[in-house]
Amino acid sequence: MRHRLAVVGIVALGILAIMALAAPLLAPHSPTAIDPTTFQGRPSSVHLFGTDSVGRDVLSRLIYAARVSLSVGILAVTMYVLIGTSVGAIAGYYGGTVDLVLSRIMDIMLSFPPLIIILFAVSVFGRPSLWNVIIVLGLLGWPAVARLVRGQVLALRQQEFVQAARAIGASDPVVVMRHLLPNAMAPVLVAATFGTANAILVEAALSFLGMGVQPPTPSWGNMLTDAQSLTVLEQMPWLWVPPGFMILVSVLTINFVGDGLRDALDPSLKL
Amino acid sequence: MQRYLVRRALVTIPILFGITVMSYFIMSLTPGDPVQMLINPGMSQADVEIKRHALGLDRPVHVRYAKWLNELVHGNLGYSYSTGAPVTKRVGERVAPTLTLTVTALVLSYMIAIPIGVVVATRRYTWIDYAATFLAFLGISLPTFFLGLAGIYVFALRVRWLPVGGTMTLGGDGGLLDLLLHLILPASVLAVAGAGALTRYVRSSMLEVLGQDFVRTARAKGLAEATVLRRHALRNALIPVVTLAGLQIPALLGGAVITEQIFEWPGMGRLTIEAINQRDYPVLMGITLITALLVTLGNLLADITYSLVDPRIRYE
Repeated sequence: MRHRLAVVGIVALGILAIMALAAPLLAPHSPTAIDPTTFQGRPSSVHLFGTDSVGRDVLSRLIYAARVSLSVGILAVTMYVLIGTSVGAIAGYYGGTVDLVLSRIMDIMLSFPPLIIILFAVSVFGRPSLWNVIIVLGLLGWPAVARLVRGQVLALRQQEFVQAARAIGASDPVVVMRHLLPNAMAPVLVAATFGTANAILVEAALSFLGMGVQPPTPSWGNMLTDAQSLTVLEQMPWLWVPPGFMILVSVLTINFVGDGLRDALDPSLKL
Repeated sequence: MQRYLVRRALVTIPILFGITVMSYFIMSLTPGDPVQMLINPGMSQADVEIKRHALGLDRPVHVRYAKWLNELVHGNLGYSYSTGAPVTKRVGERVAPTLTLTVTALVLSYMIAIPIGVVVATRRYTWIDYAATFLAFLGISLPTFFLGLAGIYVFALRVRWLPVGGTMTLGGDGGLLDLLLHLILPASVLAVAGAGALTRYVRSSMLEVLGQDFVRTARAKGLAEATVLRRHALRNALIPVVTLAGLQIPALLGGAVITEQIFEWPGMGRLTIEAINQRDYPVLMGITLITALLVTLGNLLADITYSLVDPRIRYE
């Protein structure tokens, strides 16, 4: 059953990816085109999901928004996995003062509630945008990965294959890159998957608050901003239910895949 | 035990120190020159420089940091750019609502997760297990704002059982019941994500404990299943779960930002949004510092509780 969930997850993700890549082909209208005949119009045959407060087609925006979410997820996570793996490997391998200092930095960064520090950073950056969000997430997300990698490297460092590599004269970077890291990456992969899900949630939250992707660029988060008005909430569910649902489905499927990965890569962690 | 506690407390100090350094670093990145905000157009450049020197803004970074830290230790966090009120006052009046919300959410999430986690651990692979697992996944995947909006839609607008937001009914007398009614929806929304993750941890921890020898011994002794679960398995299973409470705190404080915004809850989260919109950096700094402090204290508390609850760790 669990594996079925993961497979469903992968299939669903594939559909999402197609949606993102083939958006121009799939969307009936342009996501930014304004239809002056209907503002906040109900779903109709022309606009299958209705129109938003400025007259843009909701369905098209929904489809194009997949691009935003997926790109944030993938780019931000790649960024912080690269940073985190490097830092964690260095801390774990060299130990001593280097490790002490780096670990303290990780602890300190992990003490800040994520959303608050992200909001702070995005506002410092000036005008919020998709790239701001990606960069901020990428730069602030590494401590968790670094901790993971550090733990793995510490554990593997003592093993024989490492000693063997050193004995034949492999230099430090080579030992780390070709021997330690490949064995350390399994939990990192799992963490990266869950991290992508989290990144999508954070981007949606930021955009919802107006601190992320700005209209007219569609993001599932900023499509939900209008729903803060009680009128919209009560009378125009077609505006906010679809984007929220899309976020839920994307994050859920990624979590399924991550869980499946975790079961596959390290059965001892089987929940 | 004493030594462990002392050691643990000592480690906290450099962390707190590092938090102040990092916060100051971020603050120094904020755009805008504080002096520009204080001058009037009639001043000449020379006067501006005098003002700058008077405020100590032309000294090197570490000197400015030291002065700032000194102020901090004396309880002065600066003054709000937008209202001019001391930051400590502005943030201080928001701490209680946020704590009310977060602590209630934390308690709720445990109240949901522990019973469910224990029950499904004993009924692994049954339909209850699958349903609970699915619900747990749902919990961690739902965006808080979506759940909050949906909650308002269902409970406040359609069914009209609960209020739409705020901490008390306008024109009403307040009182505990009123507060509780207002608290239910936001706290539940905030609790859902935590409950989802916790349920799975409780389940796995319980499963691990149930597989151990001492449980088999207890069963072999002929003890009733309920006793085995309650007196032997559960206590051990809850140990790692307790530490998790400490780790939940950052997520809860962050999640509170969105929840407070949607439910118009007058807490620190809402203040964060207001401060960002007003570009009120001193207040933002204050919030960041205080929340980081709360997180660190929460972690310390979790570690101490852990050492109290698990006798094995005291003797390391």
